[in-house]
Amino acid sequence: MTEVGSARRRKEDARLITGRTQWTDNIQLPGMLYVAYLRSPMAHARIVRVDTGPARREPGVVAAFSGRDFAQEQGSLPCAWPVSEDVVIPDHPPMAVHEVRYVGEAVACVVATDRYKAADALAAIEIEYEELPAVLDMAEALTDTAPKVHEAGNRAFTWRFGNGDIDAAFRDAPVVVDRTYVQQRLIPSAMEPRAVVAATDGDAFTLYSATQIPHILRVMLALTTGIPEHRLRVIAPDVGGGFGSKLQVTAEEVLALLLARRLGRPVKWTESRSEGNMTVHHGRDQLQRISVAAERDGRLRGIKVDLLADMGAYLMLVTPGIPLLGAFMYNGIYKMDAYDFGCTGVFTTKMPTDAYRGAGRPEATYALERVMDELAAEVGLDPLELRRRNWIRHEEFPYTTIANLTYDSGNYEAATERATTLFGYDKLRAEQADRRERRDPVQLGIGVSTYTEMCGLAPSRVLGSLSYGAGGWEHASVRMLPTGKVEVVTGSSPHGQGHVTAWSQIVADALGVPFEDVSVMHGDTAVSPRGMDTYGSRSLAVGGVAVLQACDKVKEKARQVAAHLLEASPEDLEFAEGSFRVRGTGAGRSIQEIALAVFAAHDLPDGFEPALDADATFDPENFSYPHGTHLCAIEVDTETGQSRIRSYVAVDDVGKVVNPLIVEGQVHGGLAQGIAQALFEEAVYDADGNLLTTTMADYLMPTAADLPDFVTDRTETPATSNPLGVKGVGEAGTIASTPAVVNAIVDALRPHGVHDVRMPCTPERIWRTLAGVRGGAA
Amino acid sequence: MPRITVTVDGVTYEEEVEPRLLLVHLLRDRLGRTGTPIGCDTTNCGACTVMLDGRSAKSCSVLAVQADGCDVLTIEGLAADGRLHPLQTAFHEEHALQCGYCTPGMIMAALDLLKEDPDPSEEAVREGLEGNLCRCTGYCNIVRAVRRGAQAMSGREVSAS
Repeated sequence: MTEVGSARRRKEDARLITGRTQWTDNIQLPGMLYVAYLRSPMAHARIVRVDTGPARREPGVVAAFSGRDFAQEQGSLPCAWPVSEDVVIPDHPPMAVHEVRYVGEAVACVVATDRYKAADALAAIEIEYEELPAVLDMAEALTDTAPKVHEAGNRAFTWRFGNGDIDAAFRDAPVVVDRTYVQQRLIPSAMEPRAVVAATDGDAFTLYSATQIPHILRVMLALTTGIPEHRLRVIAPDVGGGFGSKLQVTAEEVLALLLARRLGRPVKWTESRSEGNMTVHHGRDQLQRISVAAERDGRLRGIKVDLLADMGAYLMLVTPGIPLLGAFMYNGIYKMDAYDFGCTGVFTTKMPTDAYRGAGRPEATYALERVMDELAAEVGLDPLELRRRNWIRHEEFPYTTIANLTYDSGNYEAATERATTLFGYDKLRAEQADRRERRDPVQLGIGVSTYTEMCGLAPSRVLGSLSYGAGGWEHASVRMLPTGKVEVVTGSSPHGQGHVTAWSQIVADALGVPFEDVSVMHGDTAVSPRGMDTYGSRSLAVGGVAVLQACDKVKEKARQVAAHLLEASPEDLEFAEGSFRVRGTGAGRSIQEIALAVFAAHDLPDGFEPALDADATFDPENFSYPHGTHLCAIEVDTETGQSRIRSYVAVDDVGKVVNPLIVEGQVHGGLAQGIAQALFEEAVYDADGNLLTTTMADYLMPTAADLPDFVTDRTETPATSNPLGVKGVGEAGTIASTPAVVNAIVDALRPHGVHDVRMPCTPERIWRTLAGVRGGAA
Repeated sequence: MPRITVTVDGVTYEEEVEPRLLLVHLLRDRLGRTGTPIGCDTTNCGACTVMLDGRSAKSCSVLAVQADGCDVLTIEGLAADGRLHPLQTAFHEEHALQCGYCTPGMIMAALDLLKEDPDPSEEAVREGLEGNLCRCTGYCNIVRAVRRGAQAMSGREVSAS
C-alpha cells in the first residue's frame, strides 16, 4: 500500500481553480425558461384567492400558476422516516393550495423567458390571505389553547428509548445535575444556492439539481410525481457544498418536473440567498433537558434526557429522524448503569428543520459535554479527570454501551494525552489560576470536549428497526478498460469531499495501477444507476469500502486469466505491484496485460466472460465511531463580553486515513461550523413568524478574520467493522467543537457565578449573562 | 437599451443591455463566462469577485453599464499561456478548496490583496479576505495558500508546507 495514506493533491481541483465548473445554474438548454416563486409573507394564513392572470400578461411571461393549478398532480413532499406509531405526517403540497404555514412557502410561480422578467411578473399576481395565528414557541405549541399548525394538532410524534433501571440510578444519588440547553435554529448556508433544471422530450425526463442525493431523489420524485422511475434521470453536476441542506426532496424539484411537463420546454430555477435562507431546511432547534446522576467521586450512575424538537411546519425527508440520531449518543464515551431518552416532535409555523452537519449528534454531544463540565464543577474535579473516571478504557473495546451500540474500537486515553500535550493544558490552567487570582478583567477559559459519534450511515437492518424508509448500503463498479486504465462508478455523490481523489488512491493500491490511470464517475443516475448518496459521514466508510470490494473481485477475475495464460494454478500466483507472478519463478503478467487479453478474448479460460469488471455493494455491519479530544482556550473580557479564541487543539481518531490532506480539511471545516454555532449563528424569527436573518448580513457566518488557526492532529485506532479500517470524518469537527467552545466560555466566567451562556455566545449575550448574575440591570 | 463595450478575459464584447443588468449576469447568462458564480444577493459572500480595471469588485454589485469601457478579468482568464497563476497552484497545493464554489472569488480577492501587500502576515490575509465567505475549509488552508502564492509571485523561496 503506497497511495492510501498519502497526501495526494486533489484531482477535482483543476476544474475548480480555473472556473471550468458545471454548477446547475450554469446549464443553458435550448428554449429554456426561468421560474420564479411567489412566497407567503405570512407565517400562517388561509389562501382566499389567487389570480395569476395579470402576471401572464406581463412581458416575457409564458405561464403563471398557483398551487390550485397543480393540486391534482403535485402530490405531497415526502417524509421517508415515520419514526413512531403516533407520527403525524401532514399533507405537504409543493405549492400551497389552501393554507400557508411558514413565511417563504411557495404559493404561485411565474415562468418567463429570462430570470429578471420572471421575478418582475411576481408583483402582478393577485393574492388574498386570511391571516391565522402563528405559533413559534414549542412549549406554547403543546398547550391545549395553542393555534393548530395542522388539524391533528401540534404534536408530531413522541419517541422513547431506555436501558437499565433509571429510577434506581437517580434514587438516593449523591449528586444530581439537571440542566436545560437551547439548541438554536441554524441555517446550513452552503455557498452554492439551490438550483434545478428540468427537461423532457415528452416521455423521458432529465432533472439537474444541486443535490447531495441524486439516487434517493430519483426514487422519491418518481413516487411523488408519478413519472415512472425508468423515465427519470437525475444528475447532480458540480455541487457547491451541502452540509445536509441538499439532502432533501424539495418543492422546487417536484415543480420543475411538473412545469417542464406542462409547458414542454426546459425550465430552470435558481434561488437567491434571501429566498434560500427562508426556504432551505433549517438545522438543530431543540430544547434539551438533561439530568445526570452521579456518585460523589464523579462516577456516572445514569442520564435522563427529555427533548422538544422543533419540526417547523411540515415533516420533510428525514425531519423527525434527526433527534433520533442523537438518541443513542447522549451517553457519549462514558459508562453508566442506566439511560432514558424521550423526545417530542413539535409543529410550529416556521421553516421545517432537517439534516444539518452532524444531524442529532451535535445536539447530543453538546448537552452531554456541557453537563459533564457542570458535574465536574459540582464534584470539584478537573473536567478531564471527571471524563477519565467515566470513559470506556481502550482495553474494554469492543464495548456495548448503555444505548445498545457496540463501539468497535477507540482509544480515548491516547487522543486526550496527545491533545493535552499539544495544548499545553497544565500551563494554561496555571495562567487561568493566575488571572483569577489577579481578578483580571480578561479571564481565560478552557473548554474540554471528549466526543464520539455514530456515523457511516448505516447498517440497513438498524435503519429498518428505526422505521427509516431505505437501506444504508453503498454500491461501486470497477472496470478495467482494454488499455489498462480503470473506470470507477460510485453511488456516493460528492459535493466537495474529494471522492475522486480518495477513490483513486484506494483503487491504485488495490489493483496496482497508477493513481493517474483511475477515473471516477458519480452523480448521474444514468451513469451510476445504484447508490445511496452522501450524508452522515458515510462516503468512505461505506462507499469507499464498496470500491475496495469491487477491486477485490476484479483482481480475482484477473487472477483466473493470469493463471490460464501462465499455465499455473491460481493459488500459486502472487499479486504485487500490479502483476501476478508464479511463486518461485520470474514468469508474470501485469494487470494491464490481462485487461487487454480479456478484451481480445482470444485465449480465456473456458466460460470466462470477456469483461474485467465487477460490482460490489457494501452494507456495513455496524456504524463507524470516530472519536477525539478537543481543547479550546478562550479569553473573555468580563467588562465588554468580547471573547477571543486563543488556541484550539483537535486530536481526532478517524481510524485509518486514506488522504491526510482531505481529513484535515474536513476537520477544519467542521470546526468552523461548530464554532459558528457556539459564537455567531442563529436563525431568528420575530413574534409574527417573519425570518429576520434572511441575508448573510444578518446571519453571521464566520469569516477568516473571525476564526483562529487550528492545531489538528490524529491518533489512529483502526475500525474493525470494515476492511479499510476507516471511520467517518465529515461531521466530527462540528460535533466536537460547539461544546468545547461554550465550555471554555463558561469556564472563564464560572468564578463570576455563571453556569451557562445561551448560544450563540455573542458579546452581548455574555455581557447580559454577567450583568444578570451580578444583579445589575441588563 | 444602452450599448456597452467590455473586455472580458482578453476578448472584447459589444452588448446591448438593460440598464439594470448586473455585471455578473452579463458574464454568466449573456457571455457564457460561468466560471464566476453567485453566492448571495447582498454582496456579503464575495463568490462573484472579479478584477475590474485591475481592482477587485463584487460583480453582483456592479451594473453591466458601469463596466462600459472596462477590462474585466475573471478566474477563467487568470491562467496565462496554459500555465496556472501561482495563486491557483497554491490553492491546489494547500488544499484550500473543497466544494470550490467560493474559490474563484477567493482567488480574485487574494490577487487584489497581494497587490497592496505582497507579503502579508497571517492576520493581514485573514482581515483582507473578510469580504469572502467559505463554508467548507475553515479558512486555515486558504490563508496558507494566499501566503504561499504571495511567495511564489514575488519569486521568493517557497517554504515547505
